[in-house]
Amino acid sequence: MLIMMRKPTLAAICAIAMLTASPSQAQQATEVQLTYSNGQFQPSEARAPADKPITVRVKNLDAKAMEFESKSLRVEKVVAAKSEGVINVRALKPGRYEFYDDFNEKARGALIVQ
Amino acid sequence: MLAALIIVFREVFEAGLIVGIVLAVTGSVPRRNRWIVGGVLAGALAACVVAAFAGALSQLFAGMGQELFNAAILSVAVMMLTWHNVWMARHGREIAGEMRAVGQAVADGSKSLLALAVVVGVAVLREGSEVALFLYGIVASGGGSVLSLAVGGIIGLALGAAVCLLTYFGLMRIPPRALFATTTVLITLLAAGMAAQAVAFLERANWLNSLDAVVWDSAWLLPDKSIAGRAMHTLIGYTDQPTEMQLLAYVAVLLVTVLLMRLTGSQHSDRAIATG
Repeated sequence: MLIMMRKPTLAAICAIAMLTASPSQAQQATEVQLTYSNGQFQPSEARAPADKPITVRVKNLDAKAMEFESKSLRVEKVVAAKSEGVINVRALKPGRYEFYDDFNEKARGALIVQ
Repeated sequence: MLAALIIVFREVFEAGLIVGIVLAVTGSVPRRNRWIVGGVLAGALAACVVAAFAGALSQLFAGMGQELFNAAILSVAVMMLTWHNVWMARHGREIAGEMRAVGQAVADGSKSLLALAVVVGVAVLREGSEVALFLYGIVASGGGSVLSLAVGGIIGLALGAAVCLLTYFGLMRIPPRALFATTTVLITLLAAGMAAQAVAFLERANWLNSLDAVVWDSAWLLPDKSIAGRAMHTLIGYTDQPTEMQLLAYVAVLLVTVLLMRLTGSQHSDRAIATG
């Protein structure tokens, strides 16, 4: 009985997931490139257009992992040492969105959306 | 040292809360320690593996490997927690009343323990892999500070363990009769919160775009990053900027749990009446 109870739940979850989950290529995202080296973001201020999805690529050149984090962008992503992290950001209103490395809060930067 | 302490504690804190709750939930089950310690160790081991392959993991699914991995293990935890609740609704009273043969109860008990061990493992894995990555990074970059780092890390870990014990003993102060109801509510909220978190990861991976408008922003009242915010995040799935889909998943898990518990619980009492 228990197993029978679990199946409908699972099926329901899968159904909901299938209905709603679809990798979206609908809107072309703007790409923003950042590098992280010696505990600093380069550039520390990046620009992106408003009302369009944004893809931020963070290249971590350091030998340490870093965590790209931003409250206003609703983003939190660990980028391993010597690797690149891809972060999807939804379409944004114009404004200044600050980000930092959660493992090293001295490293800060901002995304200026216009 | 302080940086290491804070980062390690911050991660271990959430796992500590979850392990504390699971310890309280399983308080009366024989041989539960074996399962829970097993879950913690398996989680820690898996965390190291995940950290070691973090680079490769994040390259999967067009850079969204981390997010999808997190969403997947959170979904597993949600199912395990829900299953545990439903199982308890069905068998809890039987075990409490010792109506069943002991052998059968132990066999059933270990099934439910396995589910909770998985939950513990997932919690440790999620929080532990970040700690491992962070600590490994500092060791790899070869500062002369390995010792102070280790001290900071160990203190952070000890504080996390203290959180776990505080949670456990705090819950154990609740009278046994009320404890079952309390832990059922806690586990249900834990599951709902994890479902909402899984949705957040799917949203970040761009796999879930519908209903992604932020419903409210309560960062002014209780920011996610504060220690109270973190505690509420783990316990009830609080987030200061939930999306519509996150709320939907949260409510759906609550409803499904209540429904399944009602169904199995009432079936049980019907049968008890019929056979009794």
